[in-house]
Amino acid sequence: MTPHPVLVARDVSIRFGGVKALTDVSFEVRPGELFSIIGPNGAGKTSLLNCISGRYRPTAGSISLGGRDITHLKPNKRAAIGIGRTFQNLALFGHMSVLDNIMVGRHHLLKNNFLTGPLYWLSGARNEELAHRREVEHIIDFLEIEAVRHATAGTLSYGLRKRVELARAMALKPKLLLLDEPMAGMNLEEKEDMARYILDLNEEWGITIVMIEHDMGVVMDISHRVMVLDFGRKIADGLPAEIMENAYVKKAYLGEDLPDLEEDAAA
Amino acid sequence: MATQAFRPCGDFKSSYAADQTIFPTAWSRNFCILGVVLVAAAPFLVDRYVLSLLIQIGYLGIAALGLNILVGFTGQISIGHAVFFGFGGFASCFLNGKAGIPPILSIPLAGLMTTAVGLVFGIPAARLKGLYLAIATLAAQFILLDFFGRAEWFTGGSNGTVADPVSLFGFKFDHDESFLYVVLFYVVVLYVAAANLMRTRDGRALVAVRDYYLAAEMMGVNLTKYRTLSFGISSFYAGIGGALYAHYLGFMSIEGLDISFSIQFLAMVIIGGLGSIMGTLMGTAFMVLLPQGVNFLARSLDGSAIDHALGLHEGLPFLREMAIGAAIILFLIFEPDGLAHRWKQIKAYWKLYPFSY
Repeated sequence: MTPHPVLVARDVSIRFGGVKALTDVSFEVRPGELFSIIGPNGAGKTSLLNCISGRYRPTAGSISLGGRDITHLKPNKRAAIGIGRTFQNLALFGHMSVLDNIMVGRHHLLKNNFLTGPLYWLSGARNEELAHRREVEHIIDFLEIEAVRHATAGTLSYGLRKRVELARAMALKPKLLLLDEPMAGMNLEEKEDMARYILDLNEEWGITIVMIEHDMGVVMDISHRVMVLDFGRKIADGLPAEIMENAYVKKAYLGEDLPDLEEDAAA
Repeated sequence: MATQAFRPCGDFKSSYAADQTIFPTAWSRNFCILGVVLVAAAPFLVDRYVLSLLIQIGYLGIAALGLNILVGFTGQISIGHAVFFGFGGFASCFLNGKAGIPPILSIPLAGLMTTAVGLVFGIPAARLKGLYLAIATLAAQFILLDFFGRAEWFTGGSNGTVADPVSLFGFKFDHDESFLYVVLFYVVVLYVAAANLMRTRDGRALVAVRDYYLAAEMMGVNLTKYRTLSFGISSFYAGIGGALYAHYLGFMSIEGLDISFSIQFLAMVIIGGLGSIMGTLMGTAFMVLLPQGVNFLARSLDGSAIDHALGLHEGLPFLREMAIGAAIILFLIFEPDGLAHRWKQIKAYWKLYPFSY
């Protein structure tokens, strides 16, 4: 393994009033890794992701990306340094076309602005837009959403919307992709498709991925390493096989709750 | 474009360039060009009264487009659009009268000055949303209106101020027949500019801010910048519209710049279709023609039994106001997406003609 991890979190804590959502969570994500975070509901997984993506500012601790401290970096500056994310509850731009949704992901890569954009043909904005359109079409092709590229995003089915969201996050050329429950609410076939996309993203496109997921089967199958959170504390991290054997994990998370989880997944 | 374009069966694109055009089909483009040509030919076809209506639709349509960019595309709200319209008018008169800048230059400069003022009043927009923002823009309405009343050096106070007609190489655009071309030029340029804006980076960012600002922020969109920028663009359009108005009338006063004018702008945008560029023009035309329609109706009923029973003669001004109110309510209930959406449905109805199954 390379000595320099992509993402380093040191003693990250966040509290909302009296509730400690995260307590001294530290972990590292190495380049090219597919890193999963698991834990019961309310364990602080999404809060942790929000700290990395900038929605929340940790009350203590630090987060750095590629050696640069990003703890206090504004969320809108994080796209440019290579953090992309999808959301647990769909966060597409509902009235825009799928294509425009994905093109918003190119925002920090595009140069044209409110002065050059209106002069479309004269300012070179047209050529720039077309060049980026071509790139975006690769993503559309990869995720097999060609048929809906002109559809209004809000009218799509759930599984497709998840895919469009992934496409949008991919469009900003992330080094680190944060996926918040990419398979929630999907049927088996859609889950298998999504798992394949995530694997391809990781292996072919070389993107480092941090993923929150409840489906233990998927997590254990495709992750390189897994971290377990419970009540805002890190319980363990390690290889999937190690996590499966961890007594505390079995008790706190996998143990008795497992049948329930499978029911959730089935529903 | 924010709304999904309607495409006829069998209309395939073979390049990305052909897929990114402003008009989704050749038909819709030609239809629009035909409209511009017809308006350009209007001085030879219709009388001066119709021309004055066309000019009115033109300059109000420009200002309304600004409001649509703010309200329809960015999801902000403003109930002070009329004062920005007024500021543009006064600014152009000021530049023209006091600084001696010819109207041909003072109109765009007035647009820029209004942009600056709009940006200042747009700063609260970066932090406020919904009702709170509405009240903040209401403050802009009252502050600027008060300023117009007091700043005699700028506006001429209650007497108003005069404006030279637009002239180019000695030719004066001082009649409806000639001024129509000035307005038409600005309408075409500014509407095309808005359409281009909406298919490029910053236009998409504005819509993204409207649809899901948290996700937009994650995509690298600076919310403060775009919310304020939206006010700037909106004011620019309002300023140009107001400047054209001033040079059309040859006179500018604070009369009519009250809050009901601001509400009328909102009505144009809502009736036309929030987030629709062509809809803005339709909505403006509707709002300009509606009082004419009411007048016409009242005149044709003149002297009839209905006239005597309802007293239409005395009630005409009220009737006009009521018609506007009723139109807004009816549109909100039956066609909240505006005339643009209705037009799309009409087109969709004929999509498979004559085999509509």
